[in-house]
Amino acid sequence: MSSKVMSSEVSSQLFLEPERYELKAAPVYRFDLDRRDFFKFLGAGLLVVSALKHAGAVQESGGARRRGEDSLPKEIDAWLHIGEDGTVTVYTGKVEVGQNIRTSLSQAVAEELHVPIDKIELVMGDTQLTPFDMGTFGSRTTPTMNLQLRRVAASARDLLIGLAATQWQTDPAHLVGSDAKVTDPQTNRSVEYAALLKGQQLTQTLPAEDPLIPAANWRVAGQSAHKVAGRDFVTGRHRYPSDQTLPDMLHGKLLRPPAFGATLLSLDSQKAEQMGAVVVRDGNFVGVAAPSVALASSAVAALHAEWKSDPQPSSKDLFDYLKKDATEGKDPSGDGDSYETGSVDKALASADHHLQQTYTVSYIAHVPLEPRAALAKWDGDKVTVWTGTQRPFGVRGQLAEAFRIPEEKVRVLMPDTGSGYGGKHTGETAIEAARLARAAKRPVKVVWTREEEFTWAYFRPAGVIDVKSGVAADGAITAWEFHNYNSGSAGIRTYYEIPNQRIMFHEVNSPLRQGSYRALAATANHFARESHMDELAHTLKLDPLEFRLKNLKNERLRAVFQAAAKRFGWGASKSTPGQGFGMGGGYEKLGNIATFAEVNVDGKSGEVKVVRVVSAFECGAIVNPDNLRSQIEGSNIQGLGGALFEAIEFENGKILNGRLSRYRVPRFSDVPALDTVLLDRKDLPSAGAGECPMIGMAPAIANAIFDATARRLRSLPLVPNGLKLS
Amino acid sequence: MAAIHLSVNRQSYTVDADPQTSLLTVLRDHLDLTGSKYGCGEGQCGACTVLVDGKAQRSCITRLGTIGAKQITTIEGIAAADRLHPVQQAFLDEEAMQCAYCTSGMIMAAVSLLAVNRHPTHDEIVDFMEGNICRCGTYPRIVSAIQKAASVLAESPAAKGASR
Repeated sequence: MSSKVMSSEVSSQLFLEPERYELKAAPVYRFDLDRRDFFKFLGAGLLVVSALKHAGAVQESGGARRRGEDSLPKEIDAWLHIGEDGTVTVYTGKVEVGQNIRTSLSQAVAEELHVPIDKIELVMGDTQLTPFDMGTFGSRTTPTMNLQLRRVAASARDLLIGLAATQWQTDPAHLVGSDAKVTDPQTNRSVEYAALLKGQQLTQTLPAEDPLIPAANWRVAGQSAHKVAGRDFVTGRHRYPSDQTLPDMLHGKLLRPPAFGATLLSLDSQKAEQMGAVVVRDGNFVGVAAPSVALASSAVAALHAEWKSDPQPSSKDLFDYLKKDATEGKDPSGDGDSYETGSVDKALASADHHLQQTYTVSYIAHVPLEPRAALAKWDGDKVTVWTGTQRPFGVRGQLAEAFRIPEEKVRVLMPDTGSGYGGKHTGETAIEAARLARAAKRPVKVVWTREEEFTWAYFRPAGVIDVKSGVAADGAITAWEFHNYNSGSAGIRTYYEIPNQRIMFHEVNSPLRQGSYRALAATANHFARESHMDELAHTLKLDPLEFRLKNLKNERLRAVFQAAAKRFGWGASKSTPGQGFGMGGGYEKLGNIATFAEVNVDGKSGEVKVVRVVSAFECGAIVNPDNLRSQIEGSNIQGLGGALFEAIEFENGKILNGRLSRYRVPRFSDVPALDTVLLDRKDLPSAGAGECPMIGMAPAIANAIFDATARRLRSLPLVPNGLKLS
Repeated sequence: MAAIHLSVNRQSYTVDADPQTSLLTVLRDHLDLTGSKYGCGEGQCGACTVLVDGKAQRSCITRLGTIGAKQITTIEGIAAADRLHPVQQAFLDEEAMQCAYCTSGMIMAAVSLLAVNRHPTHDEIVDFMEGNICRCGTYPRIVSAIQKAASVLAESPAAKGASR
């Protein structure tokens, strides 16, 4: 029964195209909490809550409310508590998957509240303790949650200053917060936050407008800060989801179908049951639970199952299939996937030069080093699940749906996890562990093998992109037609100034389960656009940088192209045969990137080596420069894998290369010399940086390979056969 | 199943397990030493790296039955009381991690490298570490951390004594 619900739940994930799916997912949870419950749980002190803007009725505030007023806003996105002992605890539904937001959010609070960073605890991604959050993706934590927590912390600080001013009967404007104290610089007296909050139960709802410290005056934020609790990670003490245990816990294993979409015809589980394993068959769901992983695996091996599956497309025919299956260009979401201006057909007909090319990208896998894992435990009709997911509240919803229980009966906790890159939005292991735990009446842990992670998770969408362009003799682009089949609409619009444009996204019934990925379709769309720009420049015999700048007005984007070109030494002549230089760049998730690459192609062996990469990046005011550099370097290195050699091969519903010995990811020796230029715009709001820097890599490398060899590669990965030009 | 003795982090244990069980499973599920991670189960990613008699080995493809009297050291066993091992400290100082799931394997491989090569060059580090994957892409920082740890170790009294 429940497995039917489950499989329809899982399959509904299959066809959700990532970016529209993300943008449309609206918070449905209605928060219902009494302030007395907060203090019962947190202890006395000060509570500041941040209401969601669209919640409407909550911008009252001003002063703190005392005992007796018990209503809190219905929709809250973060809260901060300062206890009578001065401990600061911040609650947010965001999660930590290696992007280091635990650290950057702590910095934001430390800055506004004037408390040392190590005195702040962040409770993240626990559906029982933290406010609803849609999920941690789309580079939104820095532009949204960082700002909210700054506001919350600034309110708390002002309130504490107000309390001190009342106590001292002085003007609060004279007083300042520093090192967890309120100080009067005129008299030098000071009082600790903790002392001000003794015996208090104060609440404040975030005021509509709050004075925030301008980025130019930041002291803590804007500086590099070490990873919070870094010591737990270098000593092995931190417990990731797959490290969680409970007394009496069993280990769960699933019987996997031989192909995607297969139906179970019959199952003989007698042997497995004789081995002492709990066997669950529920529709197509077949799993076992046993005291050890070894026993669970043996029990799965002892199951005899018959499956039926239908023929399915293979990677060899993928791009033909995508074009054939595609819908007419349409804009089903209304989110601006498709766009038309001027008259493309006329402009193409009258252009001095034309170019028409097709670009493709393969399915690739996220390969989070920690595979999906979950530990589930039932108490009566309530289930608690520890799991690695970028959407703990989404997984709560999936569990509630799968088991047909209200969301209040489900608690999902997210221990800081071994990465995601957009690959952990779903709750497969949570549902599997919970289903087995319900049958076994004991806690059950499910940790996917690497092969399962490669096969039963989801992929970055493959795609075909057709580009037609028309250019005037002086290098001004006059016409631009751009069709993306399946890979997605993120970054589909062009930032070059072109009077006549037709841009369309075409949906396809994807042969593989596909979903979010770091930078989503922006990688594919930038690869096609920036490769095509390079091809046009060469057609016109113009310098690729000059050609871009001629057609680009956006000042922020011009600035990164110019900064990267300068650092790279663009325009220098080649010093060795086989050397090649190329660039790519663009705009995504409020960030601006320009990437310049130097490659070396061995004339005899055809081996391609990316020697040097210079990136210039600008995402507004910088919060943590060292972490920003780390995110850019990481994006470049991950982007290098998708650019050069990563591709999922599949045939008739089976993945052919779903292991690390068959699917190559970047390693130490692949890393080029990386040089990163950060443009700090303190006058602009901070944006996230986990995704955007990735998008320049593939076109920069492809353009550099063309510069080195005069061979134009239009498919990602560029050199799938190891690192050689085939 | 058999009662098998083994020494991990200078402590003796007896585990009741099949000799074919992987050392990684024994560490994680029998001894609750979860610092060593599962990443691939085929020795390709290095997240499970431990020291066997001081040498880096992939615990996911090492069978319990082959250990015998050899000394196992895991990430939990390299810090002295409250003092981190210089490699651990260098990883913190150089921010050589993002999600940090690969970190314990990286640190154990680096400890093994520095035991046989006190002053590895950049290329020697890259060669030795090639079997360890960091999907977050912190490789350049890991190389810096290992270089830093090498210079700290060279400055330590023990190293100076040994070189005399």
